[in-house]
Amino acid sequence: MSGVNAPTAPATGPGASEGANGVRRAVIAEDSVLLRIGLVKVVEMAGFTVAAEAGDAAGLLAAVAAHRPELAVVDVRMPPGFTDEGVRAALSIRREHPDTAVLLLSQYVEERYAADLLAAHTGGVGYLLKQRVADVEEFVEALRRVAGGGTALDPQVVSQLLIRRASDPLERLTAREREVLELMAEGRSNSAVAARLVVSESAVAKHINSIFTKLDLPKADADHRRVLAVLRFLGVAAGR
Amino acid sequence: MTLPPRVRRALSRLRRDLLFVAAGVLPHLLVVPLYLWAALCIGPTLTGSDANAPVVLMAPLALLCAAGPGLTEVQRWRFRALCGVELPRLGLRRLRRQFGYNWLVGPLLGTLELLLLALLATGVAAATVLLWIWALPWQWRIGHPGYTTQATYLTGLGLLALAAVVPGAAGLVRLENLVGRAVLGVSRHDELARRVEDLTESRAGAVDAADAERRRIERDLHDGAQQRLVSLALNLGLAKATLTDLPPEAREVIEAAHREAKDAIEELNHLVRGLHPAVLDELGLDAALSGLAARAPLPVRLRVDPLERTTGAVEGVAYFVVSEALTNVAKHAREATRAEVTVARIGGILRVVITDDGPGGADPARGSGLTGLAQRVRSVDGTFRMSSPVGGPTTMSVELPCPG
Repeated sequence: MSGVNAPTAPATGPGASEGANGVRRAVIAEDSVLLRIGLVKVVEMAGFTVAAEAGDAAGLLAAVAAHRPELAVVDVRMPPGFTDEGVRAALSIRREHPDTAVLLLSQYVEERYAADLLAAHTGGVGYLLKQRVADVEEFVEALRRVAGGGTALDPQVVSQLLIRRASDPLERLTAREREVLELMAEGRSNSAVAARLVVSESAVAKHINSIFTKLDLPKADADHRRVLAVLRFLGVAAGR
Repeated sequence: MTLPPRVRRALSRLRRDLLFVAAGVLPHLLVVPLYLWAALCIGPTLTGSDANAPVVLMAPLALLCAAGPGLTEVQRWRFRALCGVELPRLGLRRLRRQFGYNWLVGPLLGTLELLLLALLATGVAAATVLLWIWALPWQWRIGHPGYTTQATYLTGLGLLALAAVVPGAAGLVRLENLVGRAVLGVSRHDELARRVEDLTESRAGAVDAADAERRRIERDLHDGAQQRLVSLALNLGLAKATLTDLPPEAREVIEAAHREAKDAIEELNHLVRGLHPAVLDELGLDAALSGLAARAPLPVRLRVDPLERTTGAVEGVAYFVVSEALTNVAKHAREATRAEVTVARIGGILRVVITDDGPGGADPARGSGLTGLAQRVRSVDGTFRMSSPVGGPTTMSVELPCPG
């Protein structure tokens, strides 16, 4: 179920550069050695080969430049400053190596970081709470989705960005439509949304159409509208 | 010969007292000859018998005027060096008190000092009278036959006088201290003002220290226990996902442990977030509060006016207020369906208002949460108000002065 909902990855997007031999490589940056060991296991479980591990942002950037991986799993708070090193590294990776998708892990959701990331990129990025790695299956799915050019946003990121929206067209949405939109924003596909809400897929599609209408989104390519709806929902000005 | 410590202490105190008394004689009595000089000139000035007298009178009067502040400085030195008492530097301020001390009180004290020293001298002379008699060649002894009962009485009286000098000196030093501090010392107003200044400064220091400590704990937990717990939960998750052929009991145990670990992470995260989140320092109040609002178990509307950054202590308190208030709403006002947080800066005041539509009836006097909150607000000179009528709504309003 990877990336069905995400913007269709353009030819140059992440996931398009899968190694010729079909091996997908990943780089991990996390300063806690203990957690790094666990992360390596999960990333390998998701079908990636861990090409390099780094303990700080500089090491991460060097590893990405050297290995050109499909995916980088990055801790937000890393030495030396223990602030937003990971976010800055992620932005620079997405800028300089568009083929590398980035999944940020953070102890807490900092909405500003998520907004920075999403404003610049709508695909091939993810922002999850660190504790989500414990739910191995879901985390593996998120890893694959991000590497495939999709997005994975923590429900907390979504609710945090939502707080900013005081009054706008979103208020016209019904509670159910909001729920659907929230799940879309997390990066879920129609069938995943349907499974989560215990409704049929066609019901989800109906909700989504109603959302598009209420948000005055043009009837163009469905994927594009989907992204626009999510971005409007999150209140993030889309970059590229 | 070694003296017992008590005696040694008493002797050194006596020495200090006597030095203090002796050093007071001159500055206290210096004005007396000036008075005499002035008195000598006043008669001819009034009668006009001497044309020079008015001019000459100027000299002692000028010296007396100069003696006011000048002698105060001498007294300050004397109190500090010999008694360890710090008098304020008055300069030319509060001249009435300075003149009062140096012109009126001083000569009286000087007289007492002189009397005490005289008593000491007499005591020494009388107590050693037998020595004098013994030391004088016998031809010089006029009519004194030598070691008489009179001389013995005299020795006794001398020793009595010396014994009286000890409490006398101590009493005089105490008296001088009382008078000196009352007249030349800091006024109650000044002392209170200085004390307030001191306390304000030390309290700000304490608040900053507590803030730094919270940051340190947050950092330690983030780097230590939190990573460990995530790693533990991750390993349990891996076990759950990979060990599929375990007996159901074992799977159940792993699943329970996995759940427990995740709950522990949540709980610890919540605790750590209440301390002093790193994002507060990095991005400011706005970003930190949105995190709080998102984690609250009820919908929170957050309105933060564009803020300039203020001091870390004030931001920390504002964050703590919102954190505690939302925790309170979640804990005590379960019926509440929504809350609203407004933060605005009006002039030099940061105003934080938290409202919820719960059933009300919260009492700030009860519940340690609200007491702690009010205390932290007061620690930065803020005000805390709460209105919670039964039936709601509950409004908590906090105003924090922010410098700059």
